[in-house]
Amino acid sequence: MSRKAAILWTRAAVIVVAVAALEILCRAKIISPLTLIPPSEMASALWELIASGKINDDMVQTFSTVALAFVLSVAVGFSLGVLIHALPRVRRALDPLLASYYSIPFFVFYPLLIALFGLNTIPLIVIGLVFATAAMVIATLNGLDRVPRVMEKTARVLRLSPTRAIFTITLPAAAPYLFTGLKLALAYSFIGVIAGEFILSGGGLGFSIAYAYNNFDSQTMYALMMFVLVVVTVVNGVLHVLEQRMLQRRAGR
Amino acid sequence: MSASRAPAPLATAGTAAAHVRLRGVTRIFEGALPVHALGPVDLDLVRGEFFSVVGPSGCGKSTLMDLIAGLNPPTAGTISFEDRPVAGEVPDGIGAVFQEDASFPWLTVRDNIAFGLRRAGVDAAETKRRVDDVIAFMGLKDFTTAYPAQLSGGMRQRVCIARTLVLQPRLILLDEPFGALDQQTRLLMGDELLRLWRETGATIMLITHALDEAAMLSDRVGVMSSRPGRFIETLTTNWPRERDSTIVADPAFGAVTARLWTLLRGESLKAIGATIPDKAAG
Repeated sequence: MSRKAAILWTRAAVIVVAVAALEILCRAKIISPLTLIPPSEMASALWELIASGKINDDMVQTFSTVALAFVLSVAVGFSLGVLIHALPRVRRALDPLLASYYSIPFFVFYPLLIALFGLNTIPLIVIGLVFATAAMVIATLNGLDRVPRVMEKTARVLRLSPTRAIFTITLPAAAPYLFTGLKLALAYSFIGVIAGEFILSGGGLGFSIAYAYNNFDSQTMYALMMFVLVVVTVVNGVLHVLEQRMLQRRAGR
Repeated sequence: MSASRAPAPLATAGTAAAHVRLRGVTRIFEGALPVHALGPVDLDLVRGEFFSVVGPSGCGKSTLMDLIAGLNPPTAGTISFEDRPVAGEVPDGIGAVFQEDASFPWLTVRDNIAFGLRRAGVDAAETKRRVDDVIAFMGLKDFTTAYPAQLSGGMRQRVCIARTLVLQPRLILLDEPFGALDQQTRLLMGDELLRLWRETGATIMLITHALDEAAMLSDRVGVMSSRPGRFIETLTTNWPRERDSTIVADPAFGAVTARLWTLLRGESLKAIGATIPDKAAG
């Protein structure tokens, strides 16, 4: 068995053992059913929810909001990153702000956003955007910093126009760092949107989890939590595979 | 066959056929403390010659190359390539290879080499033909689908040379391209360089800190002073055009290298801030 396969098996085993242990603890009533339901019940409840179509609207709302927040944060974050990179003075002024950005508890502004935009998806998009953009800005700056100077010289010797140089040399050279930005922006978009829905909104998966919680409906609550976890894990897994493929090529393995 | 002094002015051949011509070229880096990096330099490169530049570290060799390539403007003086002034951008017909690895890690060897041709809008069939030629010429046949990270430093530098060569430059500027390679690889790369120089007929200007490399490869070697860099002497080696690294066994090779070191020793001491012992007494 190769090293890589061994790692994959170990990882899978850890998850299986953890879930199985949880299942046994719940079934043996060591953990009260009022606190936690067995994972198998979560799965079957989730299956019923999906089959019944009851959460279709919530899924559509949450995923479209996350997608919008993600795309906007990547576009805005990348553009700001390129701009700030080109203006060293501005950058020196902004650096400490960027470094301490994530110490701000953004959700305190959420009520303000609702007051401004109303109880719809706009405050959710904005909170996801505010949350995710800085990660993309930082990743973009990081990536541009690490493009070797000789690449810029090479672009000029090959007589590329500045725009062409950016798209054919600078961006590919910075790609591993930009990819890190994409991953973070996606995670932060999910957190921002679902947490926002949880606090106050008229629909979405976060809202439905909070609703189920308030109505002592553990079946639905845990089913939806499991759903969110599975979706986020799958999406991240796909990104991880793409990233590894790119990095392996560059690392020469 | 021995090292001989070129007549004054030191680095100029003074003919109308100069491929590259520099007159009074000076470069000063502006700043709180302006640094006079180079010049004034006069230099004529003869079409098709192999010219090397040696000098102490920090003497402005790379600055000189950047100026000739059009990557930076001179503070004073004029530079022309094929009788047209070099200003603001890299002229068509000039290729450059740097010491740092400039291969594109996201592209295969083949795509690295084809990069410039695709950019220039050369059609696919012609691109394939030229890329195939260069790949065969540079001995990269077995590596066309490899990524640079899978290659050694010498092979990556070969890819960079191939990427330049495929554009058929008439002047090739090389800024210590083998500086990061081990000695044996350097000698072999030197042979390759001589071969491509002979077969392409291009003018080559090689910047190097290795005196033996300069002595072995060049028709002429320009020796620069410590900063601000000027040419203090230009040696003509008189090697035949058909030559390779075995020339190191020629007694004349030793004489050229020795002459270069005699010229450079004092300048190199100056560059590292030391004084020459026998003069320090006074």
